[in-house]
Amino acid sequence: MEKKELVPYGTYIMIWFGLLVLTGVTIIAASLHFGQWSIMTAIAIATVKGALVLFIFMNLKREERLFKIMLSLALITMTVIMVLTFADISFR
Amino acid sequence: MSTATLHEPHVHVDATGAKIAMWLFLFTELLLFGGLFLAYAVFRTYYPADFHYATTTLSVSIGALNTALLLTSSLTMVLSVAALERLNRRLSVILLGVTALLGILFLVNKYFEWSAKFQHGLYPGSQDLALHPDGEKVFYGLYFTMTGLHGVHVLVGVGVLAVILAMIARRPRRTVSVPLAAPTALALQGDSGPLWHQAADAQLDAVDVTLVYRENEAVAHRQLIKLENAGLYWHLVDVIWIFLFPLLYLIS
Amino acid sequence: MSHSNADAGALPSYLEVSGRRTGILGWIFSTDHKRIGILYMILILGFFLVALCIGLLMRLELLLPGPTIVQPNTYNALFTLHGVIMIFLFIIPGIPAMFGNFFLPIQIGAKDVSFPRLNLASWWLYAIGAVMALLSLFTGGGVPDTGWTFYVPFSLRTGTNVPLAVLAVFVMGFSSILTGLNFITTIHRLRAPGMSWFRMPLFVWSLYATAWIQILATPILGITVLLVFLERLFGIGLFDPAKGGDPLLYQHLFWIYSHPAVYIMILPAMGVISEIFPTFAKQKIFGYKAIAFSSLAIAFVGYLVWGHHMFTSGISDTSRWIFSLLTFIVAVPSGIKVFNWVATLYKGAIEVPPPMLFALSFIFLFSIGGLTGFVVGALATDIHIHDTYFVVAHFHYVMFGGVGIAIFAALLYWFPKMFGRMFRYRPFFISWVFIFVGFNTLYFPMFIMGWLGMPRRYYDYMPEFQIWHQISTVGSWLLATGVFIFFIYFVKSLRAPRGAPDNPWGGTTLEWRVPSPPPAENFIEIPTVTAGPYDHHGEGDA
Repeated sequence: MEKKELVPYGTYIMIWFGLLVLTGVTIIAASLHFGQWSIMTAIAIATVKGALVLFIFMNLKREERLFKIMLSLALITMTVIMVLTFADISFR
Repeated sequence: MSTATLHEPHVHVDATGAKIAMWLFLFTELLLFGGLFLAYAVFRTYYPADFHYATTTLSVSIGALNTALLLTSSLTMVLSVAALERLNRRLSVILLGVTALLGILFLVNKYFEWSAKFQHGLYPGSQDLALHPDGEKVFYGLYFTMTGLHGVHVLVGVGVLAVILAMIARRPRRTVSVPLAAPTALALQGDSGPLWHQAADAQLDAVDVTLVYRENEAVAHRQLIKLENAGLYWHLVDVIWIFLFPLLYLIS
Repeated sequence: MSHSNADAGALPSYLEVSGRRTGILGWIFSTDHKRIGILYMILILGFFLVALCIGLLMRLELLLPGPTIVQPNTYNALFTLHGVIMIFLFIIPGIPAMFGNFFLPIQIGAKDVSFPRLNLASWWLYAIGAVMALLSLFTGGGVPDTGWTFYVPFSLRTGTNVPLAVLAVFVMGFSSILTGLNFITTIHRLRAPGMSWFRMPLFVWSLYATAWIQILATPILGITVLLVFLERLFGIGLFDPAKGGDPLLYQHLFWIYSHPAVYIMILPAMGVISEIFPTFAKQKIFGYKAIAFSSLAIAFVGYLVWGHHMFTSGISDTSRWIFSLLTFIVAVPSGIKVFNWVATLYKGAIEVPPPMLFALSFIFLFSIGGLTGFVVGALATDIHIHDTYFVVAHFHYVMFGGVGIAIFAALLYWFPKMFGRMFRYRPFFISWVFIFVGFNTLYFPMFIMGWLGMPRRYYDYMPEFQIWHQISTVGSWLLATGVFIFFIYFVKSLRAPRGAPDNPWGGTTLEWRVPSPPPAENFIEIPTVTAGPYDHHGEGDA
């Protein structure tokens, strides 16, 4: 095992607290009825939350570059699938 | 003789390799749910009004509670890893137990949520639902598929955590008897430097203590790889829920 | 190259070392990548021969118009079986599972894959999936009759045993994913010292690209068939138009996997060809990096073209031209490869033993398949030939003429290494003549009758198509004769006396520097690599 610097317990607790706050924010934002924007807001907040879990809890931040490249491959794939499917759905 | 364990052929444990494989597996999970997210996006485009209405029939408070449960379980999960990194087995095991428990609570919650929907006749193939507009039928189809598949993943996760918990809870061997002959001392070179400090003039007790500590660390290291990978899986299940929650419960 | 590996011939080979268990248990529970490769080979080739016979039956039915040997419903079941077995049980696992397992670790100088037990689990999943597929024939409502694509809404309505069949596909998909995961990790972690990325054999590159598709595309198939399964069980309604579902969404999801799956099939075949050409041309491969990168490019662009299977299904015009354009782009990297292979031959000291003969015919048949791909990939012409025999001919030229022939080439190329025995050339030359002539007689008329309007998957036909069908059926007999000669002599050669040299062809990659057959852990000492993979005139080359 490479001697990695240990992440203090406190950091994780802070992140957890942040995630709970963001959950609250997304619930409140949904009750405000932004109309078209409500889905964008919800997805944006979910993305931030997801990123916090990925980078801190799943330790991606401190992993080698390879892991980040691999993750971006998966996300690009997902994006491509969405975009090209909607090239059909949106113009049908 | 128990020294035999120290002479076993060195089995290389490739922590990075295991982690690469785990991440690759997570990508497949991501894309498995990705197909469902795609379906969700497509149907939401087809039936915005029906989705809008159907979303309001789900209980935000139950959804929020479940979100909090999973987020907290992710915290205890990562703390369990952190505890094992510090060789604090006891804390690690306790936190892992709490994680699994929170997962079970999540499922219990889900069970009540599903039962309520079934009582209202809102489930795929029901006669009541057949009277609803198409968009709502599709919404409930998606709702049950997505939360169901996610629930299965939580269940599998709980199982995995239980196995790992049992593994870590088992204490590593406490005593290792070591003959004090000089050649043995030379054989006891570890990966991270000599296992053997001041072997020549150490007391038997002192030597024993060093060895027990080192073995504990080595075992913990191997277990840590498994715990970390189980944690990665658990967190990913959490990430998926982070997206499911607003899409199914909130966007109205 | 370390000296000790030259003495490894004294070690017992993987054929003798069975691990803790003996006999057949020593095989089906072995974690040795070579034994697992052989296990796959037995099942995969077995299924190939079964599906080939089903194909023969279909051709025989079409010899004459009207009912000939089977009833219409049986014919539907036959083409479904032929497709499902050929695709999910033969050609998708195909090269990676058989030769990838056997040679990937050796070619990068490793003792095994990263996760040998997971590798064994992949084989078991494949075997379980295969058993489930077989069970689906005899249980429930009988043999599925949907075609291998399981298109909704028919697959939701038909009384045949679709649920078990799609579950089998799901399980086999899992096997494919685990193999891909294992290969990627192995390539990243277990390359021998000095085996840099650009010293890897091109077969390894092609497996790497393939493994990524396996990881990133197969889950979409998983969720798709799972949804069909749930639809059949609970009627969740996502694909059922009667409940507001969308059959076109099924087609999207299905082809999001199944088009990249075409590259899961063809990329490893291209890898095989990239190994065989430099060996028998006694030349360094032309454009090593171009071939390596084109594998990655194919893997990526192959993702963007699935819509070309849906041109006539009612998808939007915008998406149709986008998909058509992207389809034309994906031909570029394939073309790059073909030109590089041909350039490798230029001024080479070419020898043409059977493996090279098959490899050369790959170029010919694959090019026909590839070029007719433009015809089906172009919007206007596709409207005309969609769902006709033209399409059938096109993908058989690519799949059988490409991948199938590459598998024959690989079987012969690596035969001495895998089994430590040599085969006689003559029977395989004869089988090649039957295969090559039979293949073109079987499939070329399909282009013509497809162009004239003969639809695929039909049990009967108009009289004007009879002549083409009859030529085609005669071709099927020739082709089958060739394939049977091939396999009869393949099995016979397994009983030839031991004693194949370590490097019978003068190959330069690492597998030719270990004994034939290789010892249990491949290398006594992990080799240190100092040169590129196809260095025919470098130092240390005998």
